Amino acid sequence: MSRMLRQLRPAGLIGLAILAFWLAMAAIGPAVAPHDAGAIVDMEVFLPVSAQFPLGTDYLGRDMLSRVLHGTRYTVGVALVAALIASGSGLMLGMCAAIWGGWVDGAISRTLDTLISIPSKMFALVVVAAFGSSVPVLILMAGIIYTPGAYRIARSLAVTVNAQDFVTVARARGEGTLHLAGAEILPNIIGPVLADFGLRFVYIVLLLAGMSFLGLGVQPPNADWGSLVRENMAGLYEAAPAVLMPAFAIASLTIGVNLAIDVLSGGRRAADER
Amino acid sequence: MLRLVAARIALGLVSLLLVSLAIFAITSLLPGDAAQEQLGQAATRETVEALRRNLGLDQPGHVRYLRWIGGLLQGDFGRSLVNDMPVAQLIGSRLPNSLMLAAATAAVSVPLALAIGTTAAMWRGTAYDRAVSMLTLSVVSVPEFLVATAAVIVFAVQLRWVSALSAAADITSVGQFFRVFALPVFSLCCVIIAQMVRMTRAALIDQLRAPYVEMAVLKGVGPWRVVLTHALPNAIGPIANAVALSLSYLLGGVIIVETIFNYPGVAKLMVDGVAQRDLPVVQACAMLFCAAYLVLVTTADVVAILANPRLRHG
Amino acid sequence: MTRPQLEVRDLEVRARNAAGEEVPIVERVSFALQKGEVLALIGESGSGKTTIALSLLGYARPGCRISGGTIRLGETDVLGLSRRALRDFRGRRVSYVAQSASAAFNPSRTVMAQVTEMALLHGTADRAGAERRAIELFRALALPDPERIGHRYPHQVSGGQLQRLMAAMALIAEPELVVLDEPTTALDVTTQIEVLRAFKDVVKGSGTTAVYVSHDLAVVAQMADRILVLRNGAMQEIGPTARILSAPQSPYTQSLLAAAAPVPRGADQPPAAAPVIAVQGLTAGYGRIGADGMPQIPVLRDIGFEIRRGSSLGVIGESGSGKSTLARVVAGLLPAAQGRVLLDGEALPPALAQRTPGQLRRIQLVFQSADTALNPRRSVGAILGRPITFFHGAKGAERDRRVKRLLDLVQLPAAVAERQPGELSGGQKQRVNLARALAAEPDLILCDEVTSALDTVVGAAILDLMDELRRELGLATMFISHDLHTVRAVCDEVMVLYAGACVEVGSRRAIHEAPWHPYTQLLVSSVPELRQGWLEERGSVRGPEVIGTDRPACAFFPRCSVALPGTCDRVAPPRRTLSKGADILCHREEADLLRAAIPAGP
Repeated sequence: MSRMLRQLRPAGLIGLAILAFWLAMAAIGPAVAPHDAGAIVDMEVFLPVSAQFPLGTDYLGRDMLSRVLHGTRYTVGVALVAALIASGSGLMLGMCAAIWGGWVDGAISRTLDTLISIPSKMFALVVVAAFGSSVPVLILMAGIIYTPGAYRIARSLAVTVNAQDFVTVARARGEGTLHLAGAEILPNIIGPVLADFGLRFVYIVLLLAGMSFLGLGVQPPNADWGSLVRENMAGLYEAAPAVLMPAFAIASLTIGVNLAIDVLSGGRRAADER
Repeated sequence: MLRLVAARIALGLVSLLLVSLAIFAITSLLPGDAAQEQLGQAATRETVEALRRNLGLDQPGHVRYLRWIGGLLQGDFGRSLVNDMPVAQLIGSRLPNSLMLAAATAAVSVPLALAIGTTAAMWRGTAYDRAVSMLTLSVVSVPEFLVATAAVIVFAVQLRWVSALSAAADITSVGQFFRVFALPVFSLCCVIIAQMVRMTRAALIDQLRAPYVEMAVLKGVGPWRVVLTHALPNAIGPIANAVALSLSYLLGGVIIVETIFNYPGVAKLMVDGVAQRDLPVVQACAMLFCAAYLVLVTTADVVAILANPRLRHG
Repeated sequence: MTRPQLEVRDLEVRARNAAGEEVPIVERVSFALQKGEVLALIGESGSGKTTIALSLLGYARPGCRISGGTIRLGETDVLGLSRRALRDFRGRRVSYVAQSASAAFNPSRTVMAQVTEMALLHGTADRAGAERRAIELFRALALPDPERIGHRYPHQVSGGQLQRLMAAMALIAEPELVVLDEPTTALDVTTQIEVLRAFKDVVKGSGTTAVYVSHDLAVVAQMADRILVLRNGAMQEIGPTARILSAPQSPYTQSLLAAAAPVPRGADQPPAAAPVIAVQGLTAGYGRIGADGMPQIPVLRDIGFEIRRGSSLGVIGESGSGKSTLARVVAGLLPAAQGRVLLDGEALPPALAQRTPGQLRRIQLVFQSADTALNPRRSVGAILGRPITFFHGAKGAERDRRVKRLLDLVQLPAAVAERQPGELSGGQKQRVNLARALAAEPDLILCDEVTSALDTVVGAAILDLMDELRRELGLATMFISHDLHTVRAVCDEVMVLYAGACVEVGSRRAIHEAPWHPYTQLLVSSVPELRQGWLEERGSVRGPEVIGTDRPACAFFPRCSVALPGTCDRVAPPRRTLSKGADILCHREEADLLRAAIPAGP
């Protein structure tokens, strides 16, 4: 672990720092925000950046910093839970498919392949049209949409490890599925699986931000960063911070995760080649 | 080989059938009673029952599905719940706009992306390659609406080159054509070029690491020839796949872009349909996009089969 | 003496390691080659032989750099060439034959396009001329259907043929120097000899100067005029082939020679004890099992043998003969379609899931490549501890004590328990691999190519260890290998598999003696001997190269030199017992086989 930290390049450190910051804000954001998310703090709308309002004010004269901090939970938190659902079920199904093979593998793969033939945004729109866009629906929907992708990665990694002789030896010893999955396969695929988890988190952030931007994501009075961009679109023509800042927040989060992933898998690679 | 291609196309059709089942199940069977919803809580039981019969909701699920899919096959997409127009007519009026946008984007992005991806793979590790990697990574990891809004700020607000809002109806000259299409096409291109470049580069580098490429170098083959005649033919499958996936991404990206630029395409129709819970419109648009997606990935797979001599010659 | 054609002086190549430091992987290597001479570079993995070979083309693999010395070919200073000049130089004046032709041929272009590319590129011929020359070379290299083989794609050609096609590719532009890098290592031994013969004829016939890279002294003895012995990137000695083989000066060369001619271990006759395992009428394969009890894709047909306590059965055959499948069936990983496996006289259920833990414990597997046989993410202690806990319920200090005893048994220091497999050498990993099997305290160990991935010297030490353990612990072992030397060195009995059928089984002594089953004979006579001139003495016993569409009654029929058309392809061969004490599967009488047997050395 310490060796891995020492190998971090500055880009990776920055990525990890950004990620840690936003995760912390998802947990304590509302507590450290200077104002209430809904409080109108100034008569002037679309105020520029100032000492009083570090991110300006929005279209109703609310403090943008507070709104972004409150929104963190809806962007980071929702995406995190959805990504955990997607990667977790993908990983479990993938390892089962690899270990059991045969018709189990076939059945899981076929079912999830059908899901993959619906483009993600289309699936999201159809679900929202049918069930509305409450937070649980959004989480479950994003989780389901990205399960097949996580499954494909996990399965192909697990199949490669499963074919190796040490797994065959364990199998010939009579070991059960739990030992094969947990002790033999998982430790050998956890690096790429974590990297994939990060990617899936990014995809989900982008998907949900896009839905919110269309007004089909998190509903008022709550707002995630995508909704903040949407509601302040009127400020676009004066390049108000109210429309730019939430967008930058999304970009910083997703680019930060990407940088952190490169370090993660790069560090992994260096450790493996040693 | 013909059998492989036929099997792949058949698989595509089966997928489309399963997709239609999934879409119908999500929109019509699961959410509960559409009649009750449409009339609200205040409606009497009799009026709800009457509407249910009218909409065919009293029939069992599989009958309703068969009726719906049968209608689709005959070009009957149902009627909009919002304005009672035939859905086919609504889509028909928008489809040319969407196709024009997609065609313009594809025509610009595919050649550009392949060229950038190939050169980045060839000169991998150089400053050019690193710049391309950094730039494309940034573009794929920000939301499409950020790219589109940034384009609006730069080109429409700051530079005032083009107008921010498009309307495909009033095109009378080539200049106008560019003014209307420039921003939507530019925004879409940014996103899918970035994706395609990354996938093309990865597919080619994968091949450039293969032993036969080292062999070609040892035969005295120059770098351009190595890429074009040795690596590229083997990367056609993955690259076709990359192009298909990126173009299918267009289907999603187009939703945001049409909304931002208020472009009267099918995606905008669908978003409005979702917002108004106009399910027949949503169903029809979703089927249209899913079919387009399946056509793209099936084509890519067929290209991959044709490009691989192992599959081509059994 | 004339000025040498090729002169390498003080060559040094450096590579960047994981820590980012540059370390030399080849140091101060110098040699010279006269026109028409063949020099062999010999050494084990990591000796730098391929690195040197590639530097002769002015090439270093990514991560490596030629950091010093000079290479002169004719009047050209190779290392001083510009990038552009290097392109004209490669292929035109030096060409390269790689180890794995199946990887080095581009899968999406026809063989002819790739063979003639160099001639067209360097302008030594026009297309028609190049193709004519290619067909001449195909003929000279004894390739079947030389007129048309070029139209095929690489996947439509066999491995041995591809290797010869690659030689044609290397020779097409008539280079001054050909570098052959382990060109036969990936081939089956019976294919190797044909390829060696073709190479030798063409190289000698055209008077080409060649550098031949190999780890196999016996192969090199057939090909080279002089031998350069390498170890860890440094020269050990260089000299004429005859002198190196008869009077090696460097102790390292002496150890290589000793390991290349292994001494038989154990007894010539199996000890008289009760069989631990008996296999009767075993048929297995993949896919649905038909009404006749045959699987869709049969891999093994009607196999039977016994292994006694403390004895060892060698199973030999080429790739695809079903030898690894046999181990999987006995271990229960692949349920048999027909036949019985008896453990101490008691029938074992075919599938793994139905076997009791006690039955599973008594049969253990040891696999080929220690790299994939050990979980890279667990410590050696955990790897060895798991079966101890699983089978014997030992935990904590008792478990640690047993781990230590196991490490001691395979002659590894106790500290190894703390390490990860990645920190061990190949030989150490294979010892851990063996210790894990012993942890179960088995009665039978199934060893699948356990020394194939190891260098000869290291492999010989593992064989010694296994022989010792077998006698000490009274283990029965089944020893699967493609290498006749290895099998002869450690086994009391030998079984020869061909296309899933047991074509010959007998004692080790019997396998040394004529007559043989025609396939055994081909195998025995194909193993190169460690002396010059062996290749020339050995006549061809190979039949015509035809691949039939239907499986003939005797699978060896298409390659058999004594086949009886009309009988062998129609009627299943009977099992007959030869007077030397071996059973074979053949239509031919003992006397016929004896007549056909060519003296094949000791």
